[in-house]
Amino acid sequence: MRIEKVVVETDDRDIKTFSLSFVNKEDEANFNYIPGQFAELSVFGKGEAPFGMASSPTQLECLEFTVSKVGVVTTALHNMQVGGMVGIRGPLGNGYPLEALKGKNIVMIGGGFGFSTLRALTNFVLDETNRHSFGDITIIYGARRPGLLLYKDDLEKWRNEADLHLHLTVDYGDEEWTGRVGFVPQITREVAPSSENAYALICGPPAMIKFTLPVVNELGFPLERTLLSLEMKMKCGIGMCGRCNIGSKYVCRDGPVFSCTEILGFISEQL
Amino acid sequence: MKAKIIKKKDILDRLINGYEVFAPVERDGLILFETIGSGSEALLGYQSSKMPPKGILFPQSETLFSYSSTKDTANIGVPPGLEKPRLIFGIRPCDAMSFRLLDKVFDGECKDPYYINRRATTVVVSVGCTTSRASCFCTAVGGGPFSAEGSDLLLIDIGDEYVVQIVSDKGARLLEERGFEDAGEDKLALVPEVIKAAEASMEPGVEIYGLKEKLDNRFDDPIWQQLTEKCLGCGVCTYLCPTCYCFDIVDEVVGSGGERIRIWDSCQFPLFTLQASGVNPRPTVRERFRQRIMHKFSYFVDVYDQIGCVGCGRCVTECPVNLDIRQVLNSIAQLEVVK
Repeated sequence: MRIEKVVVETDDRDIKTFSLSFVNKEDEANFNYIPGQFAELSVFGKGEAPFGMASSPTQLECLEFTVSKVGVVTTALHNMQVGGMVGIRGPLGNGYPLEALKGKNIVMIGGGFGFSTLRALTNFVLDETNRHSFGDITIIYGARRPGLLLYKDDLEKWRNEADLHLHLTVDYGDEEWTGRVGFVPQITREVAPSSENAYALICGPPAMIKFTLPVVNELGFPLERTLLSLEMKMKCGIGMCGRCNIGSKYVCRDGPVFSCTEILGFISEQL
Repeated sequence: MKAKIIKKKDILDRLINGYEVFAPVERDGLILFETIGSGSEALLGYQSSKMPPKGILFPQSETLFSYSSTKDTANIGVPPGLEKPRLIFGIRPCDAMSFRLLDKVFDGECKDPYYINRRATTVVVSVGCTTSRASCFCTAVGGGPFSAEGSDLLLIDIGDEYVVQIVSDKGARLLEERGFEDAGEDKLALVPEVIKAAEASMEPGVEIYGLKEKLDNRFDDPIWQQLTEKCLGCGVCTYLCPTCYCFDIVDEVVGSGGERIRIWDSCQFPLFTLQASGVNPRPTVRERFRQRIMHKFSYFVDVYDQIGCVGCGRCVTECPVNLDIRQVLNSIAQLEVVK
């Protein structure tokens, strides 16, 4: 795939979003994905790493991947420019359960870099062909500080959407920040989204998930309507190489989106 | 039983033509499966090889594809297939059974062409075990000293000759082609005694029945701490395990291009699950050891309806601190079922 655009998302420049286009049109036609799925991106000579699709399949121009510079492959990606070539293998994983979410209100709770596939789902639901199929959207999204919030253009746009309740929070603000200050679990409790006819979708760092789960439970979301999009070290992406299992489920093949009922009893490793 | 008969000293010379033959040989004091040029090189009376033969089907390191790339293009090259069909001679029934388990992983829902192509062009000739080692426990995990699972032909030692049990069509065709004689009634009559004596000599020392239920709901049990206290995390149990298949995928740069390589990996190493973010869901020996036991005796059963262990005993004999998997399993077997 060809890199068409690179957006620096954060003030520390460690998170960038890459827009990629297929070089081979046949590959493009075969690449049908849903929000919450991921793909393995290859940088030749460096290796392969999994990234959730940050774009919605309703945007047809490009695939978007938000990449945090943390390891060998991600650093190599960050050093690439528009016009550079990367390989792709995917789509992989199950994605968000769109059929189950139809007609339901969706409460998305995201922290930091884990917000990328929730962004994909939000843009998918907001697309005019899909909007009528889903209920209200509540988004609670936190970052350590304002400069680390991703997708600032989208966030701006979403403020004006009807039936979308956006709650942004930071662990610590700055002079310009007028929004909420506090950790995601605490803000979730304050916002107290209704669990009636609703699903809670949680994606973020382990500590955020750990402290958010009891809050979501207090709010009355049953385990089967509490969905986690989890992250584990992955290599093969097809349930073979053995490293990303949670009990007998593989995050890469059976996930990354799980309802809490599916992984109950094995969750201690994740939190 | 459909069976043929062959003199022990003749068998390899009759089979070897046209195949790349892997057989047990002694190299620097270790018994290993390696290619042989003539039948006399093979060691017929060995008990267990140091390395399992899984590497013949699933190599410790293999190139998945090579590539050369410029700024605008990338060319992918797939490695060539095998030149000759392969024959694995003389593997033990436990190791042959391990191929069945690897089949489930690599030839299941997702198809691994590298493994499948090798498996399809390989004939497996196993030899039943008339004697066992103190570490053997195949009979406890659904195998046996004369189990034919995973083999195309099974050799049964009746003295100077082997009775050759035909297990698969692939095996039958080979014997037909090489003109093996039918085994007479008198020879076949010896077989049940041989098998009975071998089975009677087995003392597996572990009871697997009901173990899965004991493991369920014990993920957070404090027993894992006790059971794993002496484990060094060296990973030898997984590298020498015929059923362990975890792997890593890495790139190696060669000139202006490179290769993507698959190599064996082990769930016993901390780097196996260490995420680039610094988070490691299995940070200590406790979680990693638990993963190994749970994978083989609970998760594998959930996914493939079979135990992921063939009872070869390599992890028992090779563990540097004598951490015997059978004792671990017995400790769990003594627990109550948690609802």
